[in-house]
Amino acid sequence: MQSNKLGWFLLAPTLVVLFFFGVIPFFYVVWLAFHQWNPFAVNPEIVFNGAANFRQLVFDQGFLASLGVTIAFVFFAVTTELIIGYALAQAFMRDFPGKAFFRTIHTLPLIMAPIIVGSIWKLMTTPSIGIIPQFLDNWFGYDLNIGQSALAAFTVTVIMDVWHWTPLVTLTMIAALVSLPPDPFEQAQIDGANKRQIFWHITLPMIRPAILATVFIRLMDALRTVDEVLMLTGGGPGSATRYLGVHIFKEVFPKTNYGYGSAVSVIVLYLTIVVCWLLFVALIAPRNKKG
Amino acid sequence: MQRQRPWLSILFWVLISFLTLFPIYWLFVISVKPAVDLFSTPDLILKSFYWDNYTEVLSDRTLRGYMMNSLIVSTGNAVLVTTLGFLACYALTRYDLGGKESIFFWMITNRMAPPAVFLLPLFLLMTQYYRIGDFTLLDTKIGLILVYCTLNLPFAIWTLRPTVEGIPKELDEAAYVDGASAWKVITEIVFPLARPGVAVTLILTWVFAWNEYLLAATLTNFNARTLTTGLSEYVTTTGTEWGIMATISVFTLIPALIVFSLVQRHIVTGLTFGAVKG
Repeated sequence: MQSNKLGWFLLAPTLVVLFFFGVIPFFYVVWLAFHQWNPFAVNPEIVFNGAANFRQLVFDQGFLASLGVTIAFVFFAVTTELIIGYALAQAFMRDFPGKAFFRTIHTLPLIMAPIIVGSIWKLMTTPSIGIIPQFLDNWFGYDLNIGQSALAAFTVTVIMDVWHWTPLVTLTMIAALVSLPPDPFEQAQIDGANKRQIFWHITLPMIRPAILATVFIRLMDALRTVDEVLMLTGGGPGSATRYLGVHIFKEVFPKTNYGYGSAVSVIVLYLTIVVCWLLFVALIAPRNKKG
Repeated sequence: MQRQRPWLSILFWVLISFLTLFPIYWLFVISVKPAVDLFSTPDLILKSFYWDNYTEVLSDRTLRGYMMNSLIVSTGNAVLVTTLGFLACYALTRYDLGGKESIFFWMITNRMAPPAVFLLPLFLLMTQYYRIGDFTLLDTKIGLILVYCTLNLPFAIWTLRPTVEGIPKELDEAAYVDGASAWKVITEIVFPLARPGVAVTLILTWVFAWNEYLLAATLTNFNARTLTTGLSEYVTTTGTEWGIMATISVFTLIPALIVFSLVQRHIVTGLTFGAVKG
């Protein structure tokens, strides 16, 4: 084999790029989070102020509201996607003509830019031009106004996310279902188990790792949802759809209070890591036990 | 076993496909409608096409500039990321580098953080520290290309590694014995064999860069604006030009749809980042 020097030389450009645009920004934002820095304030210097930024953060109504709606959004979106995705995967387990074609169509939203998804749903749901409010009004007399009703705006963002990402869940669930061995199912049928029993006692435990992995991926993605919501509602009305990423983009970034903004960013990153770690433990621990 | 009823399945999937396709169809409908028709009761079927939005978008110099920027940034980033990722994968699979598994894992984690978290530090670093004389990286295409590396490089390494690993080491060794240089081995032996994997990586990273909005919106303000940021400029509180917005969306969507037909099979692996074997 050639000398390892050459190996490091080939790896170096990647490490350098990731160092400058991944590592340094990370340490910089953590460092700034413990400082007070507002270039346009009376004192434009960078001053160490300990945990003051974080103390302020705990009482920041805007941030807390954003955190609340983010949790609600992630919960409803991921749960719905999981249920619908699993049901669709089961529907794909049958044989019927045109299966591959339908599967291709079902996968289509995955490649679309989030901001385009946002713009599509904006065109469909904006009052007076959107087709959905028009039909809801004509048929049910229901007034869907995402510009005024917090609940309507929140629901539409969840539906949009479900439309965009359910196919991913479907495909991972199909992969899990296809790999299941047939024996336990045949045995259960012989023993006279009904469909519900088979689902709860055989299918679910067997695809548990796949479900957890899917939840992991979807949760990470849902937590960083920004573009489509920014486009659809701009975080409004009020703070109804101002999810953490949107909050940073709209409320924190435009202000010049850089120290405080860094603290918000660090907390968002910290929360993501904690969620990530909790899921990782749930995901890896049962697998290791088996092996 | 229960009886299979294929027509029921087909009916069900026609319905689901309708739900999937209708929003995309509707985007196209809005883009070929005159502004006055938008507020009347909508027709589900298109009866006439009105192409003025398209000619307007294509003749708009600013938007053409944005399209050009998007093309340059995505292509530049995809080529850079795939090249660096390929070399890194070669290094990781052929050399006995100390702690290479940890390095690999660390490189992958770069993608997991929410990009919103990095808006502020990247903006501040690029305005203040990442500069040569008067040249700052902010609002430049090269700046965006480099920033997108944190999103796409981990992905490229993840997808290319199995490809490079699958090419037998004996081939390189034989070439080395024959006196070939490392460069020659990489470009003339390993690369041609890895071409299918490289193509998929190139295409998917290209789309990811093309689709990106958040970082482009905050790290550019005039010179390096991309098409996705152009789209958001047409949404204002005082009145949105719906037709233009739909048309820009169609233009942004087209490359993704073309790509979709090419790499449909690989999309899931790409998006799940290999966490689920699909």
